[in-house]
Amino acid sequence: MLTADVALELRPDPRGRFGVYGGQYVPETLMQALVELTEVYHRITQEPAFKAELQDLLTHYVGRATPLYFAERLTQHYASARVYLKREDLNHTGAHKINNALGQVLLARRMGKRRIIAETGAGQHGVATATVCARFGLDCTVYMGTEDMARQKLNVYRMQLLGARVEPVQAGNGTLKDATSQAIRDWVTNVETTHYILGSVAGPHPYPMMVRDFQAVIGQETRAQALAQWGGTPDVLLACVGGGSNAMGLFHEFVPDLAVRLIGIEAAGAGVATGRHAATLTQGRQGVLHGAMSYLLQDNEGQVLEAHSISAGLDYPGVGPEHSYLKDCGRAEYYSVTDEEALVALKLLSRLEGIIPALETAHAFAYLETLMPQLPSTQTVVINCSGRGDKDLFTLAEREQGL
Amino acid sequence: MGIPSIQETFDRLGHKPALIPFLTAGDPDLVTTGAALLTLARHGADILEVGVPYADPLADGPVIQAAATRARQRGTTLSQVLELLAGLIPALGVPVVLFSYYNPVLAMGAENFMARLHQAGVKGVVIPDLPLEEAGPLLTLGAAYGVDVILLIAPTSPPDRIARIVQAAQGFVYVVSLTGTTGVQQQLATNLPQMIQQVRALTTKPIAVGFGISTPAQARQVADWGANGVIVGSACVQLLAQTPEPERLARLGEFCQQLRDALG
Repeated sequence: MLTADVALELRPDPRGRFGVYGGQYVPETLMQALVELTEVYHRITQEPAFKAELQDLLTHYVGRATPLYFAERLTQHYASARVYLKREDLNHTGAHKINNALGQVLLARRMGKRRIIAETGAGQHGVATATVCARFGLDCTVYMGTEDMARQKLNVYRMQLLGARVEPVQAGNGTLKDATSQAIRDWVTNVETTHYILGSVAGPHPYPMMVRDFQAVIGQETRAQALAQWGGTPDVLLACVGGGSNAMGLFHEFVPDLAVRLIGIEAAGAGVATGRHAATLTQGRQGVLHGAMSYLLQDNEGQVLEAHSISAGLDYPGVGPEHSYLKDCGRAEYYSVTDEEALVALKLLSRLEGIIPALETAHAFAYLETLMPQLPSTQTVVINCSGRGDKDLFTLAEREQGL
Repeated sequence: MGIPSIQETFDRLGHKPALIPFLTAGDPDLVTTGAALLTLARHGADILEVGVPYADPLADGPVIQAAATRARQRGTTLSQVLELLAGLIPALGVPVVLFSYYNPVLAMGAENFMARLHQAGVKGVVIPDLPLEEAGPLLTLGAAYGVDVILLIAPTSPPDRIARIVQAAQGFVYVVSLTGTTGVQQQLATNLPQMIQQVRALTTKPIAVGFGISTPAQARQVADWGANGVIVGSACVQLLAQTPEPERLARLGEFCQQLRDALG
C-alpha cells in the first residue's frame, strides 16, 4: 500500500491530478479561467512582493502565528498522550478560513478582478471572504443555503455588516453543496469580471492545490513550534474534514514525514447506519462533484446524495481530492463521529480548557475518545482547533431545549 | 431503414439549418416525454436532444434545473430514460442525442454507458461537465460504439483551444452562444457571429448553436450567421411545464413548427 513515493510524488501532477483524483470537470466556459488562474497562481505566488504582502497581512491583520497550546487539563483527562491545540480559532474572524481568503483576494487584485463570489456552509468562509473584500474594497457576493442561513444567523449578519450580499440558495437541502453549485453558476456567467474564492480544498484544479498551499501555514508553524516546545515533531495530527481545508493545511507539511500519523474526522451525523451523515471518505465511492473526481456520497444511478450533519461546515457530500488520494494510498486515516459525540466533545473542551470550539472542530476532539486509549503517554497529538464556537450557540441552545 | 447518424442528417439537410429541440426526460413524466419527442419529430425537428435529470446541474439555469428537480422527484433515472429511448427511437426516425452530466455516466461505467447508448440507438452524447482535457477515454469509446461525443465551445474559449476542440469533436461542434448557463435570453450575444465564423474557419464539421435561443426569430438569426443547427432547450421545457395538459402537446408541436418555418 503505502510507499515512499507519496513523499516524492508531485501532488498534484501538472494536470491537477492526485493519483486518479482531482482534475477539471467543469463547463467549457470556465476552462480558460482555470488555465489563467493556474498560471497566475504559479507566477505571482513566487514573487517576493506578493510573499511579503501576504506575510505582512497574516501577521498584522490575521494575527499569525497562532499559538500551539498545550491542553493540560484535556491531557490529564485522558491520561495518555500529550494533547496540543493549534489555535486557528484565534485568527481574525475566528477560523482558519481567512488564511485562504486573504491569499486569494491578493491574487484577484493582481488579476484585476473587482468582483468576488464565494460559497459558504457554516458561514466562516463567507465571513472571511466578506472581511478581506471589505479590507480591499471589492464587491462581494456570498452564496449560502437557506437551511444554513437559518442555523448560522449570526454569520449571515456578520457578512452583511461587512458589506457583502448574502444570496440565499433554496435548491436541494439548502446547504453547502447547493451554495457551491450556485456560486459556480455565477462564475460561469460572470467569469470575465469575477474571481471565485472557493473555500475548501475541493473544486476543479487549481483550487485543491491553491487552497491547500494558502492553508499550509498551519502545518509549517506547527513544525517550528513543536521543535521549539519539545524538540521534536508531533506523532499524530488530528483534524475535522468536510471539504478538508483545515486538515490539509495541518497535514501538508508532514505528508513526507511518514512517521507522523494523519487522521481526518468526518461527520457521521445521526450515525452512518441511518444514511443521514456526511461521511464521504468512509461511506462514499469515486465520483465527480463540483469539478473534481473524489470520493462522493451518491446513489447507484450516480445522483449526488444529500449529506446530513449538525455542523453546517461538514454537511457536504463531497471531499477534497487530495484526501481521497491520501486515503487510498494509506498515508492518512479517516474516521467519523456522530452529532451527539461532537456535542459531548464540545462541552468537554469548553469546561476543561475554557475554549468553545466550532461544531465542525468538535468532531476532531470527539475522536480523542477512541484515539487516546490507543496511544502511549510518550506521544504527542496536535489537533487543529480550526474555529471558535460562538456561531453555533443558537444551534446548541435549540438542541438542549429539544433534548 | 435505420436511423441516420448525425453526420448523415446534416449531409441530407445540406444548406438547410437543422432544428434541435431539447427536453428534460421525466418532466412531467416519461410517458409525456415520449409523446412530446414524437410530436417534435413530426413538427420538423431534425435531431432531438434529451436531458437526463441530474441532482447538481451546474451548467443549467433555473428552467432546466426546476425540470430536473421535478423529474427526479418522480424517480426518473438514466436507465429508465435509456429504456424509453430504446423503444421510441424507431418511431422517431431522427437521431437522438443524450445530454447527461458526467457522474451518472461514471456510475454506470463509461464503456457500459456507451454500449447501452449504442443498443438504444442513441447517436450522440453531450456531457456539459466533461471538457476536452477529461474527454479522451470517452471520445475513444464514442468512435468504437458509433456514438458521437459532442464537445462544446464557449465564448471564453481562446483560439488555440477552439482549434483543439474542433479537431477532436464528433458529430457536430456545439457552440455555447453566451457566457452563462442555459436559459431564455431576450437578446443574442453580440459576439456570436464572430464566434460562428471563427469556428467555421477551422472546421468543415457541422456547427450547432445552443444556450439562450428561445424564439423563431433568434433561431433564424443564428442560422443566418452561419450555424448549421440551432438548439432550443429552456423554451421547449418551459412550454411543456407551463401549458395545461389537454393542450400541452399541441402547443409544443405548434412552437416546433414555428421554429421550423423560421429556419426554412
